[in-house]
Amino acid sequence: MASPLPSSGPADKHRELGLTDAEYELILQRLGREPGDTELAMLSLMWSEHCAYKHSRKVLRRLPTEGPSVLMGPGENAGVVDVGGGLGVAFKVESHNHPSAVEPFQGAATGVGGILRDVFAVGARPIAVLDSLRFGEPALSARSRYLLDRAVGGIGHYGNSIGVPTVGGEIYFEPSYEQNCLVNAMCLGLAPHERLIRSAAAGPGNVLVLLGALTGRDGIGGASVLASAELGEGDEAKRPSVQIGDPFSEKKLLECCLELLDRELLVSLQDLGAAGLTSSSSEMASKGGVGLDIDCSAVPLREAGMEPFEIMVSESQERMLCVVEPERVAEVIAVCERWETLASVIGIVNDSGRLRVLDADGVAAADLPVGILVDDCPLYDLEPVAPESPSVVYPGGVAATVLGGAESPADTLLALLRSPNLASRRPVFEQYDPVVQSRTVRRPAEADAAVLALPTGEAIAVSIDGNGRRVACDPRLGAAEAVFECAANLACVGAIPLGVTNCLNFGNPEKPHVAWQLVEAVEGLASACEALDVPVVGGNVSLYNEAPAGPIFPTPVIGMVGRLPDPARAGRLGFAHERDAIALVGWFAPSPAGSELAKLRGEELAGPLPPIDERAIRGAHETVRELVRSGALHNAHDIAEGGIAVAIAECCIAGGLGATVRLPDGLLDPFAEAPGRAFVVSGPESVFAGGPGVAGGPGPSRGVAGGPGPGRGVAGGSTAALDGVQVIGRVGGDELELEGRLKVAVSELQNAHEHGLLEFL
Amino acid sequence: MKFGVIRFPGSCDEVDAQLAAERVGEAVILWHADHDLQGVDAVVIPGGFSYGDYLRVGAIARFAPVMEEVASFARAGGLVLGICNGFQVLCEAGLLPGALLPNTSLRFVFRQVELEVVSADSAFTRACVEGERLSIPVKHTSGRFYAPSEELARLESAGQVLLRYAPGENPNGSLNDIAGVRNQAGNVFGLMPHPEHAVDPLIGSVDGLKIFESIRAQVGEPAPV
Repeated sequence: MASPLPSSGPADKHRELGLTDAEYELILQRLGREPGDTELAMLSLMWSEHCAYKHSRKVLRRLPTEGPSVLMGPGENAGVVDVGGGLGVAFKVESHNHPSAVEPFQGAATGVGGILRDVFAVGARPIAVLDSLRFGEPALSARSRYLLDRAVGGIGHYGNSIGVPTVGGEIYFEPSYEQNCLVNAMCLGLAPHERLIRSAAAGPGNVLVLLGALTGRDGIGGASVLASAELGEGDEAKRPSVQIGDPFSEKKLLECCLELLDRELLVSLQDLGAAGLTSSSSEMASKGGVGLDIDCSAVPLREAGMEPFEIMVSESQERMLCVVEPERVAEVIAVCERWETLASVIGIVNDSGRLRVLDADGVAAADLPVGILVDDCPLYDLEPVAPESPSVVYPGGVAATVLGGAESPADTLLALLRSPNLASRRPVFEQYDPVVQSRTVRRPAEADAAVLALPTGEAIAVSIDGNGRRVACDPRLGAAEAVFECAANLACVGAIPLGVTNCLNFGNPEKPHVAWQLVEAVEGLASACEALDVPVVGGNVSLYNEAPAGPIFPTPVIGMVGRLPDPARAGRLGFAHERDAIALVGWFAPSPAGSELAKLRGEELAGPLPPIDERAIRGAHETVRELVRSGALHNAHDIAEGGIAVAIAECCIAGGLGATVRLPDGLLDPFAEAPGRAFVVSGPESVFAGGPGVAGGPGPSRGVAGGPGPGRGVAGGSTAALDGVQVIGRVGGDELELEGRLKVAVSELQNAHEHGLLEFL
Repeated sequence: MKFGVIRFPGSCDEVDAQLAAERVGEAVILWHADHDLQGVDAVVIPGGFSYGDYLRVGAIARFAPVMEEVASFARAGGLVLGICNGFQVLCEAGLLPGALLPNTSLRFVFRQVELEVVSADSAFTRACVEGERLSIPVKHTSGRFYAPSEELARLESAGQVLLRYAPGENPNGSLNDIAGVRNQAGNVFGLMPHPEHAVDPLIGSVDGLKIFESIRAQVGEPAPV
């Protein structure tokens, strides 16, 4: 069949756009002709890893996605869980790694902007941002210090300016992130159930309205150029592919969209992210089973003379696409004018099942079946092969040795507290506004999870976590630990998990050992989520985080949202009262493998990580959660990096109080780690005086461990948990003493902790 | 009494200010493009990034239609409170002395800071006690109060400085640790700390409530002419 469209020119053009020969053959076969230039540009983006998840989609099917509290699951702009009182909480984490490696300020800023749009695209008002960052070693790398400084600046610039609090986050430094930094941003939003909206276009005859910023040449090809290939030499030349953020435009767009939804003027809503109009329009059409005609000449442009393909693939920020009934268009435009936000009718919904892109003369620059864009990209089976020993080689190798191994326990503790991975994050979070919107009950460093009050009188809690070092040691256990650690953080404030979002940051999945890491990590995530009975409601995958010298540590980042009944009783991190008893809760058998101390000693990455006893973990989490909810405890903190010594030290630092602790017999290494499994808590002696019985949870709700059904999330494992509550010391004085091991002034602990990161900013 | 909180495009803390004001009275949101203060007894210009603040902070907001009404209201003795960006806007509008320069750190800073009440003899601090300490957060990039030395001396001697950062607490390099100043007539007050974020024990301190309570008391009991 002869094509009415201009041909694609040189035969290898598809390769430049990131399509393989086999994929291009498939396009020719499905289309029955050669695609035109605009069509090829659109197809190359929609068939990119970033849009099509072609190397990860099959693996992701392993994740549990259903549960009683799920209002919207994966596939929408953000997942939504029910939090009672007719309210839903939307949330999602997304990566902006590659843009941030090229231009950290704008890359991180637009990462925040993008995730905010995902959340208000489902009709939720963004109420909190968290971020998860990874960089190379700050002590060794000026570039990593620059990336840290600028990425943090970019996150603050966007979040602060738009009036959404940044309530939490995490940062780790490892040599493997030197070339490929990670910038993952998570957003939570709040919506009454009736305002939630989906993205499926519907109703032939309805019109397509583009809202927000002008469309320019920025970010053209970002999804394929940046996000779906390894970074290497010449990245400076990719800078024009990074978008520029304008939080003021987005603020107006946000308020405008929420008002449009409150007035029930929209049929559907979708944000414009990677691959711009191409991706947003084709996905809306696909979900609704309809066709769309888009008139390029109606798209307001920032610069004259843009070609249809440029208009269709532009990644200009702060734009949304909506479907509106024709008789409501005037009202829509009036609301947009009030918010000084552009609104342009750019197309029409029809029942053709095709996406047609028309130029100013009404000639089709593209005319493609929606299915070929959205559904026909081949999904690849990974070819996982476990690496032979020695394990994967990472860029930069192991970190420089800081400790020789002969240091005293006190010096070891101070070195850990001062290390960039454990030092106080205050220099970073002081650059973010955590309180705007007046619902932040627990700010950064006040508790293990952020707590946000709801209008219902209850509250939600949120935490974000991921430890690539441990996942590198054992992808399955390391990934599971991240889930359990998030849940442990929630337990410390009294919250029960409702839902999970994840961002899977990995190297090149076409390499067998990276494929193996991905498959194993997803298995670990899935089994941990099943053990906690918490569904994955959305997420993002970032692959090809790889430099010529090798991949990043496999880094699944977990965001978890939970619910607690009484924000006034939300737990705190710091010791609070002299003479309180300190207890260890949980089954705790830590190991030095993959620990921060192993890193400081320059040891090779190696397992085995301690085993996971799901039943014991659930029991310990439940015990802490119920004790916090009852108001019996004065502090609760999970034991993570740096082991029990660092955990206790952190409670001392946060509370400005000392402690005297006698570690349980058998716990030989106070710096060994087993994250997500155990806690340090404190409270009046009487709380723990009743022996095991005191830790009892709500009896009737205990289901059969491992069994299905809603009772499982709070199910027993009671024996292990009860056995695991033991008083190990007392709060008081101005020194931390671990009997027979170390004795350090709290002021010295504070000093080490406070200055560890500060010197790099 | 009724507070009116102005909403510019780019305002961030207007709902927070409304919620805080509602703890002591009624509060409505006033739209930047309207020439209408809806008969309020006091105006609050809230924090945020009015019109994006891509130019000098507050430089565009002062030209908003509603600001003409605020200026007339202030000239007639109406109470006007500017918080953070609102303080910056009032300085730009010439309703308050001095200017807010970028922090010495050149970074945005969020911090819960201690303030000292310099004078309780004002419409905005009358619910406080002189010398009292208030714990209220700051969050800004341009909060360094500056005035030429002669004007600074005049402000000090006229008792227009109402709040100072406590010793060691100055987060931005403000001259004389100034956190909040009033105009000469005493009916317009601007401060960089956010009292609206210190009104709820669940969320933090409640010390900021005293600013709103002062305004409430002032309106309830008109100052002698």
